[in-house]
Amino acid sequence: MATLSRADVEHVAHLARLGLTDEELGRLEGQLNHILDQYEILAALPTDEIAPTAQTIELENILRADVTTPSLPVDEALAGAPDRARDLFVVPQIIGGD
Amino acid sequence: MTAPVASPSATGRYEAVIGIEIHVQLRTRSKMFCGCSTDFQAAPPNSHTCPICLGMPGTLPVANRLAVEHVLATGLALEAEIVPVTRWDRKNYFYPDLPKGYQISQYDLPLTQNGRLTFDTSEGPFTVGIRRAHLEEDTARLLHMTGDSGDRASLVDFNRSGVALMEIVTEPDLRTAEQARRYAEELRLLLLTIGASEAALESGQMRVEANISLRPIGAQAFGTRVEVKNMNSFRSVERAIGHEIERQAGVLSNGGDVIQETRGWDENRAATYTMRLKEDSQDYRYFPEPDLPPLKADPAWLDEIRARQPELPAARRARYRAELGLSAYDANVIVGDLKATRVFEGALAAESALPAKRVANWVTGEYLRLAKGSDAIDALEPAELGRLLRLVDEGTLSGTSAKEVFARIFAGERTAAVVEELGLAQISDGGALETAVDEVLAANPAAVEDIRAGKAQAIGFLVGQVMKQTRGRANAAMVRELIRSRLDAAPPAATAPRRPKGTPEASG
Repeated sequence: MATLSRADVEHVAHLARLGLTDEELGRLEGQLNHILDQYEILAALPTDEIAPTAQTIELENILRADVTTPSLPVDEALAGAPDRARDLFVVPQIIGGD
Repeated sequence: MTAPVASPSATGRYEAVIGIEIHVQLRTRSKMFCGCSTDFQAAPPNSHTCPICLGMPGTLPVANRLAVEHVLATGLALEAEIVPVTRWDRKNYFYPDLPKGYQISQYDLPLTQNGRLTFDTSEGPFTVGIRRAHLEEDTARLLHMTGDSGDRASLVDFNRSGVALMEIVTEPDLRTAEQARRYAEELRLLLLTIGASEAALESGQMRVEANISLRPIGAQAFGTRVEVKNMNSFRSVERAIGHEIERQAGVLSNGGDVIQETRGWDENRAATYTMRLKEDSQDYRYFPEPDLPPLKADPAWLDEIRARQPELPAARRARYRAELGLSAYDANVIVGDLKATRVFEGALAAESALPAKRVANWVTGEYLRLAKGSDAIDALEPAELGRLLRLVDEGTLSGTSAKEVFARIFAGERTAAVVEELGLAQISDGGALETAVDEVLAANPAAVEDIRAGKAQAIGFLVGQVMKQTRGRANAAMVRELIRSRLDAAPPAATAPRRPKGTPEASG
């Protein structure tokens, strides 16, 4: 049985920067535990013979030569900025990250 | 700082355990996953961006082959294992320097792992284990400001966003601040040699972070570790780590506990300060990057990279000592500076008959004195140094004249042209020297008398006079011989004139 606690849900919501109400947290706790239950069913399948797979498209080594291409004009790059100071994006300061 | 200072005996009770993480910007023209130019040092903010490095939805990154090859070359140079198949991972966190909300990095399958690097320290050679070297993308640059209304804001420049970055992590093998500095220096030299990075600390192309913990000598378990950042020179690396070891020893010897945190180094105050507590460890929720297919480093590709690899610093030092007979000191100084290496190799290649030791003396002496100790622009064509030293060897140029010529070829001139222009070619022509010697003998009868009377040192005075008359261009050994033979052959003067007043006492 999956056992995501209310605290786990709150932690994940914080990591995703989601502000959730008590009612939403409660609903998501149920939904997330239900999803984990489905994974437990999958986890019961024998997979010893199968290599871990991160991708199903059979491509590898898709690389580009080290060649430059034109960049966007500055005004176009900044077109979606919430705020700008000259040619810089302006965002609220966040303390404590790195 | 108010931190208790450790007494030497307290520091002596503990052993420091140090691991180093180094990020270097890789030397590529375009960014890691898009074609935006990395040449933005003098460019206006946000002028080198595109939908990919701005993290726009719906874009697809494509990895830069050269960046991958730089990491593979680094792995080979560090004698590391190259992982046959690797992939990319997303490291998720929210910060304004990261437009996508995640950094494309590598988590459990780094391109290379389990390498090592050996370097010299004042206590002899030391080998540090390299845990891993992986590829990721750099973040944007943030500037902080306070607005008119007192709001604190961050200004974001995405020019650096997405530049190819390599992270190299050591095992916690280092025990002293000096070892840590020497490791960083040797790694930088290695990266410069293989052309993977410009690796300048001052400009942030190379960023050094140290994880430091202390444990009682003899203990196995690690103590609580502190991460130290903001070390912008090799000198700071050594000072900051030395300081942090003392600080932790002070805390522990006073019965305190070291707090797990990130501390910054303040060069002006020569102290570390708390930047961030790590009470809740970061949760980056790594998962495989679905937008980039896996990467396979097949043996043929690795062979190609290996074949392009230049001689590495350790091998070069060994060759200079074993085959060219240089001292350990000369080999270290020359190999430690890529320009000195180029000059040394180029001069020897142009004049292979020159004794390597002589060339080395000039490179470690005159060349580095001008290259490092003056404002003169280094435009030296290495072969010209070879030609200059051949003229000295042949006796065409005196040692003093050679230094004068060197200053000019350092600025880009040709040896032959400078020697010609200054009329510096040493006079080894017998006829010309004889004339000069005869003139000097005639003008200094007192000294001639002294020599005849058995004061052999007076020959030195006469040689000096000939050098003066020829503006230093006479071949001193030939002059000495000429004076001797002249005095042996000529009869003594019947009446020796008194030495004129003011003539120096010949004293050799």
